[in-house]
Amino acid sequence: MEFLSDLQAQFATAYELLAAGWGVQLLWGIGWTLAVTVVSMLIGAMLGSMVAAAKLSQRGGLRFIGESYTTVFRGEPELLIIYLFYYGGTQVLTGVARSTGSIGSTDILNMPSFLGGVLAVGIISGAYQAEVFRGSFLAIQRGELEAARAYGMSAWLRFRLVIVPQVLRLAVPGLGNVWQLTIKDSALISVTGVAELMLTANKAARSTHHSLLFYTLAGILYLVMTSISTPIFEKAERYTSRSFTRPK
Amino acid sequence: MSANPAAAANAASSSNEASAISVKELRKCFGDHEVLKGISLEAHKGDVISILGSSGSGKSTMLRCINLLEMPDSGEVRVDGELIKMKQSRDGHQAPADIRQVERIRANLAMVFQSFNLWSHMTVLENLVAAPTHVLKRPRAECLEQAEALLKRVGIWERRNYYPPHMSGGQQQRAAIARALAMNPKVMLFDEPTSALDPELVGEVLRVMRSLAEEGRTMLVVTHEMGFARDVSSKVMFLHKGEVDSVGEPKEMFAKPPTPQFKQFIANFNK
Repeated sequence: MEFLSDLQAQFATAYELLAAGWGVQLLWGIGWTLAVTVVSMLIGAMLGSMVAAAKLSQRGGLRFIGESYTTVFRGEPELLIIYLFYYGGTQVLTGVARSTGSIGSTDILNMPSFLGGVLAVGIISGAYQAEVFRGSFLAIQRGELEAARAYGMSAWLRFRLVIVPQVLRLAVPGLGNVWQLTIKDSALISVTGVAELMLTANKAARSTHHSLLFYTLAGILYLVMTSISTPIFEKAERYTSRSFTRPK
Repeated sequence: MSANPAAAANAASSSNEASAISVKELRKCFGDHEVLKGISLEAHKGDVISILGSSGSGKSTMLRCINLLEMPDSGEVRVDGELIKMKQSRDGHQAPADIRQVERIRANLAMVFQSFNLWSHMTVLENLVAAPTHVLKRPRAECLEQAEALLKRVGIWERRNYYPPHMSGGQQQRAAIARALAMNPKVMLFDEPTSALDPELVGEVLRVMRSLAEEGRTMLVVTHEMGFARDVSSKVMFLHKGEVDSVGEPKEMFAKPPTPQFKQFIANFNK
């Protein structure tokens, strides 16, 4: 009984805190988390497709660059890469700004935290997406590419009409996986000061001293985001693979 | 001399006019294995040439060298009198000198494959209009109209909105033939078009091919269908170990095999 009334008190506190403004803050946090994830996924898609093309290239030099990219960015801790980007970016920006005289010689120009964050997470996401795209390309029936050549399609037409639609179809399940990884990686960029869900939960925990409450809440919200994305990707998968599943 | 450039050009092209495909001394090695040992072939407009040979004789490779899906090591290919220009690449192999020219010529040489190779993410109708609209740059409405007519002709119009994997092999191959026809090709290349089909589906594809032969299309057909070779084609070419063993008029070839190899080959088929 005592346990129940304790729980009831906890809920009351939670409600009070959320109503006092932390609720809205957490919603903003979700918004930033989604923004970071979406932008990172897009950066990752661009980098990932280029890296996949490099890895599939017949030129040894390009293959080496592609291999190095995926080896480094999948092999290093995400947090380390974020720090490198944030501090590295700050140093580069400061250097440039000082040399052009737009800031004083002792001033520092910080890397914008959102930009630094999405670049870092996007580059990591790109390393995983590259592997997804490469596998998808290799899964295209060679005969279909050959038919495209035999019908006089240029490299660009083959890419646009045959390779891209088929790679996308084959890549959807793998991209769903990368999306989940990227949502989770987005929590790491709280260290650069982007007010996404993790940082907001952190702030709330510290200033209210209800750490367990806010971290549990954040955990639930992350789980909600990742589990909502699963059926969305399943739906996308059904749509893109419609030519292979029997019509109902 | 009343030199008239246009007349001169006409005279020059008329010497080749009847030649739709001309292949000279085609050679091709895969590693140490010489698959084509200097093959020549001449197809005139309206010819239906059946190319026969046991597996490994080089017949598919020869066909694929004509539209450069395989790169010949040496030899020349002319389509409608136009020589496909080649150059030596840095690693000593031949490569097309002008990929645009190759693409333009390929569009005139519609190919039908053994395993159909329809684009699986497009419906049948989309398969038929993709190359005509994007490669030949013809208006889409016109292409759609032609595509529907072609699908009616090969008897699968009611399947026009299906995706290829949802159709039988025979239907897919008929769709693939319609896709080839949609290019209004000068020559059609068939690479064992019935070899991947269940026996009961072979007939429907052969019927379409026979009707194409009857309307005077120029066709090169790599096949194991002896009936088609004997009854439909205008010429039979038998390849043996990468060389042309014999060429001739089908009825004669089958009645009196000119070489022991061809005799052996058709004897194996009649077993």
